[in-house]
Amino acid sequence: MKDVDGVALAVFIALFALVTVVGFFAARWRKADLDQLSEWGLGGRRFGTMVTWFLLGGDLYTAYTFVAVPALVYGAGALGFFALPYTVITYPFVFVVMPRMWSVAHKHGYITAADFVRGRFGSSALALAVAVTGILATMPYIALQLVGIQVVLGAMGIRGDLPLVIAFVILAAYTYQSGLRAPALIAVVKDAIIYVTVIAAVVVIPMKLGGYGAIFEAVPPKKLLLAPEQMSAYSTLALGSALALFLYPHSMTGVLSSSGRAVIKRNTAMLPAYSLLLGLIALLGYMAIAAKVGSSPAYADGFDRYGANFAVPALFLGSFPSWFVGFAFAAIAIGALVPAAIMSIAAANLFTRNIYRELIRPGCTGKEEATVAKLVSLVVKLGALAFIVGMKKEYAIALQLLGGVWILQTFPAIVVGLYTRWLHWGALLAGWAVGMTVGTWMAWTLSFKAPVYALHLGGSVVPGYAALWALIANLAVAVAGTAVAKALGAVPGKDATAAGDYGE
Amino acid sequence: MGAQDPEQVRRAGRAWWLLLLVPFVGTLWVPFYDSLEPRIGGVPYFYWYQFLWIGIGAVITAVVYFATRQPEP
Repeated sequence: MKDVDGVALAVFIALFALVTVVGFFAARWRKADLDQLSEWGLGGRRFGTMVTWFLLGGDLYTAYTFVAVPALVYGAGALGFFALPYTVITYPFVFVVMPRMWSVAHKHGYITAADFVRGRFGSSALALAVAVTGILATMPYIALQLVGIQVVLGAMGIRGDLPLVIAFVILAAYTYQSGLRAPALIAVVKDAIIYVTVIAAVVVIPMKLGGYGAIFEAVPPKKLLLAPEQMSAYSTLALGSALALFLYPHSMTGVLSSSGRAVIKRNTAMLPAYSLLLGLIALLGYMAIAAKVGSSPAYADGFDRYGANFAVPALFLGSFPSWFVGFAFAAIAIGALVPAAIMSIAAANLFTRNIYRELIRPGCTGKEEATVAKLVSLVVKLGALAFIVGMKKEYAIALQLLGGVWILQTFPAIVVGLYTRWLHWGALLAGWAVGMTVGTWMAWTLSFKAPVYALHLGGSVVPGYAALWALIANLAVAVAGTAVAKALGAVPGKDATAAGDYGE
Repeated sequence: MGAQDPEQVRRAGRAWWLLLLVPFVGTLWVPFYDSLEPRIGGVPYFYWYQFLWIGIGAVITAVVYFATRQPEP
């Protein structure tokens, strides 16, 4: 473990070089004026079914997911599998809701969810709240992608931050040049590598360990099922995460860059292929238990540095020849670049549209808008890099957990807003503030380490996802506040959209 | 369906959307599947049941997509 594995590293670098070329080449793909924000930041809204599938697949199922989900299964057992119901129910929800978002955004040229909120409720304050929440939730998520790269670099025996810095500078450069086209093209390469890796892993490793039956036998029986008090935590985590997933700016960017409503709907039936992949990857956590990676002295150093996140890299190191270790680790590292690029583009779109153009330079030109977005995408990535290099990664993990709680608080303005504007913008803003406060407070009482808050209802205790509890408080305030506003005769904001703009 | 009122067709199509609620029921009520038996190929029920729902969920959205498909405006 102390030495650098030359073969693995060579394969890793070769694949990394390949995607770098693809990233720069992407600027010429479906050539258009990249000085327009809808071209740079949304790929011209022209991505068809297959490109959208790759893009959203690479975007939603991030490298961090691929490291952290099996790590959670390795440590906590069955609870870590909430990722399965989560990804099962998110797509029916997306099928219903997101085509409406696409239609209204297409009609009015909206690039972000906050653009929509601005148009729908006529309130720049509410739009600002939505934009700031999106940026805050995205930043630590970008930082966590770096953690994924860090773990695999460490597993190949590479120490120090310089390789990480180089990888991210390259990423920043081609994102700056090619915009959303870069991650869209790279996602195709990344997926090919990741599917090969996972299929190899779920075939080869169980053969070495004596089959799936033996793997489940090796797991302590208590870990295999949920205890009765974990059930409500499990389903609220799944539901809250499913509702939150497409509120994240990077998911919204993926949706809005597609070429039509049917593309989104078709993808809700096709994206579960990635859920299957994620489920198989989650099983790697149990394979790591069965392979006893935790008690092998060779990996003690890695577990010291990276904790349970080292489980999958250790499993790969112990199961595969060097060249395939390099291949598999490249899958994880490249898997980090795609979402990191899309997230930084999404955050840049939000800043440019809803903060810069709204508050700093109203009426700026399209070219200026695109230039600002490109620069902001650089700043965002450098910020994430500084965060990971300069601070403990535990802070990034805690902040990403908070980000999930926060982003769900934009649900009333965005999702409810797609169906009705009965809710008054002032009440929505108050609900958002209450939801943010309640959710943050709950996370604080858990020392920002766990997302499950035990709610005391009368005599019973219901453990559940803090984001969902906060959303309930948020909705209650929004509804009550609207009733009060209507009773007082408050005037609603101007609605720039019409009923026919939402399609169907 | 040329002779039918398109508005009527559209409303009849709406019923299909109720199918989309099925995965929520199947996966969010944990007592349905929190057990080890029956196993398939050594895989406990808890696990293969949830894997199965990935497929069922995909089929349901596909069915609703084809059943409610309209020409793009």
